[in-house]
Amino acid sequence: MSLSTKDLISIRDLSSDDLELILETASGFKDVLGRDIKKVPALRGRTTVNMFYEPSTRTRTSFELAAKRLSTDVISISVSTSSVVKGETLEDTARTVEALGADFIVIRHSCSGTAHFLARHMRASVINAGDGTNEHPTQALLDLFTIREKRGSISGATVAIVGDILHSRVAKSDIYGLLNLGAHVRLIGPPTLVPSCMKDLGVTVHYSMEEGLRDADIVMMLRIQTERQGKGFFPSTVEYFKNWGLTDARLAHAKKDALVMHPGPMNRGTEIASAVADGPRSVILDQVTNGLAVRMAVLYLLSGTGQ
Amino acid sequence: MMVTIKNGHLIDPSQGIDCLCDIIIENGKISGIQQLEPKDKGHSARDKVRGGKGETVIDAEGRLVIPGLIDMHVHLREPGFEYKETIQTGTAAAARGGVTSVCCMPNTSPVNDNAVTTAFILARTRETASCDVFPIGAITKGQKGEELAEMGIMREAGCIAFSDDGRPVMDSLLMRRALEYSKILDVPVIAHCEDLTLAAGGVMNEGLLSVTMGLRGIPPQAEEIMIGRDIALAELTGGRLHIAHVSTKGSVELLRQAKQRGIARVTAETCPHYFHITEEEVRGYNTNAKVNPPLRTRQDVEAIREGLRDGTIDVIATDHAPHHADEKRSEFDNAPSGISGLETLIGLSMKLVDDGVLNLSGLIEKMTAAPARILGLKDKGCLRPGSDADLVILGTKNEYTVNPEGFVSKGKNSPFAGWLLHRAPAVTIAQGRIYRWD
Repeated sequence: MSLSTKDLISIRDLSSDDLELILETASGFKDVLGRDIKKVPALRGRTTVNMFYEPSTRTRTSFELAAKRLSTDVISISVSTSSVVKGETLEDTARTVEALGADFIVIRHSCSGTAHFLARHMRASVINAGDGTNEHPTQALLDLFTIREKRGSISGATVAIVGDILHSRVAKSDIYGLLNLGAHVRLIGPPTLVPSCMKDLGVTVHYSMEEGLRDADIVMMLRIQTERQGKGFFPSTVEYFKNWGLTDARLAHAKKDALVMHPGPMNRGTEIASAVADGPRSVILDQVTNGLAVRMAVLYLLSGTGQ
Repeated sequence: MMVTIKNGHLIDPSQGIDCLCDIIIENGKISGIQQLEPKDKGHSARDKVRGGKGETVIDAEGRLVIPGLIDMHVHLREPGFEYKETIQTGTAAAARGGVTSVCCMPNTSPVNDNAVTTAFILARTRETASCDVFPIGAITKGQKGEELAEMGIMREAGCIAFSDDGRPVMDSLLMRRALEYSKILDVPVIAHCEDLTLAAGGVMNEGLLSVTMGLRGIPPQAEEIMIGRDIALAELTGGRLHIAHVSTKGSVELLRQAKQRGIARVTAETCPHYFHITEEEVRGYNTNAKVNPPLRTRQDVEAIREGLRDGTIDVIATDHAPHHADEKRSEFDNAPSGISGLETLIGLSMKLVDDGVLNLSGLIEKMTAAPARILGLKDKGCLRPGSDADLVILGTKNEYTVNPEGFVSKGKNSPFAGWLLHRAPAVTIAQGRIYRWD
């Protein structure tokens, strides 16, 4: 029982069997997280190093906790405390970390392809915790896990992903994973943030919320990075919310039991109304809990100890 | 000193020669070309034993002999970036690649925007180079796009063209002035066409691949808008415009239309990577395929080839851009753009003949007579009696494998590793100096 890859770099590297295996394994770990003693000795003696070159609270905390729950030793390096400020290259930092005995390197970086770059040069298992605007595979895995948990199956579900698709690594990983497992994917947002060429991936592109949300089973909202405002992608956050913000009225176009997801952190009133975010269909906090289980599963399966 | 090249198949498009010849070189100049009747061949072959005292005889039987190539787009990196390349290593790489005239771009440190730097480059050339170097001066001071550099003084110092290569002159009025002013110098202004506002810091071609790789894309229109502008400015001013490294289908169409209108004095070049490979090379975040303008699509490659075939694109140049391995071994966003191209120029270009895009003479023309004409290099790119003894004897059609680690250039950054090419230069003669590799 292990993955076909040394690293977790891209959702596209995973077969549907790999995806099923991760989700199945995560399910077991979720049970563990419900116990009084939430820790298992599965990876005792292993070392996990989180290398975060971009600010992150939830993903870093989630990886740290997942590694601890599996009894690995964990070190987190953030950009301000590392040698990066002394001019060390990423590769040298990673090699140093590897020489200290890291078994897992979890990397978050603002440049797309950084995880690929490290994986090529490292013996340790590299886990992509978000590279630029490319991918964020563990976020997609926890989204898939959440959909399966709440809905039973992913195949055949209609999933609307709303927001800044162009710059969203979450959206890209979600698209690949959802398509692999047989979901229908719709992308919704302003034309400046939803490249029409993405149709070629096998998704549909919509500029109208009403059209894109119609009879959807899942609505995945993306964070609108406020720094995009003023770069000409949309005139203002007010106009953005007016056109693409998720309100109760808009949500009424989706199926009655549609789930509302968000990878966080949310901008309330920019992409999502508080009433929806805190409403009965929101599974946003379940996503956070599931993230822990999924990341435990990924570490466990990449360790090869399941073999 | 006298050198005779016997029995070679000489192709010199400038004179329409495409036949068996003996070539005689004296004191670094071509002194005679003797066309051989097929029946003379045996006789001539026996002649070679009669090489007299002080005479070198090179047997080129069964080999192609062509004028030394002129590469009008090279980054030699000296002064300032000697860790990437020097005039010595760059010209040695040129000679290895059959290039005997190197035109070097001004983006050195300091920028070649003044006669002192031009003189330095020419002095280093005399001291260290394996072939001729012709500096290209900056259009604007510091390549900043703000005010004209002293083009006239640099022209006197030896610059043969002007360009802000790598940094387009975004200010249309300043570009107009450059094209206007350069008329008194009778030199081309070489334009790196890229609308920086539209390119917006992109690092590869824009399309589904850039979106799915999470890399910022540069649409082909960033190049085409500026080519359109510069053609319009050339028509307005009557200045001589040369478009560097054409990479898109739309650019070829704009150039074709401009040439048909016949108003603008416009010429254009492309590079081997734009007629062979596409954005697909970038997959896996391959920094050796990061180049500016970026590699485009199959459709663009086909259009570039058609532009070469029908004469819309006049010249093949390398845009030889050597970088240190450490620089390319980094995050894709942070790696510098460029391909080390001097040593694959002939082999990659010869594939156009194999593919039926150009005949041999048409191909050689684009690397010899055409750049000589554009740059006004009278003694280069041809093998007329009296011209410089710059020539290349090409090797056989036996294939060899491209191995960038074996490049003479310090820059090993090539996306063509492992390609099978043929006709590597066997002998290069630069102003009478002989370099042999066979």
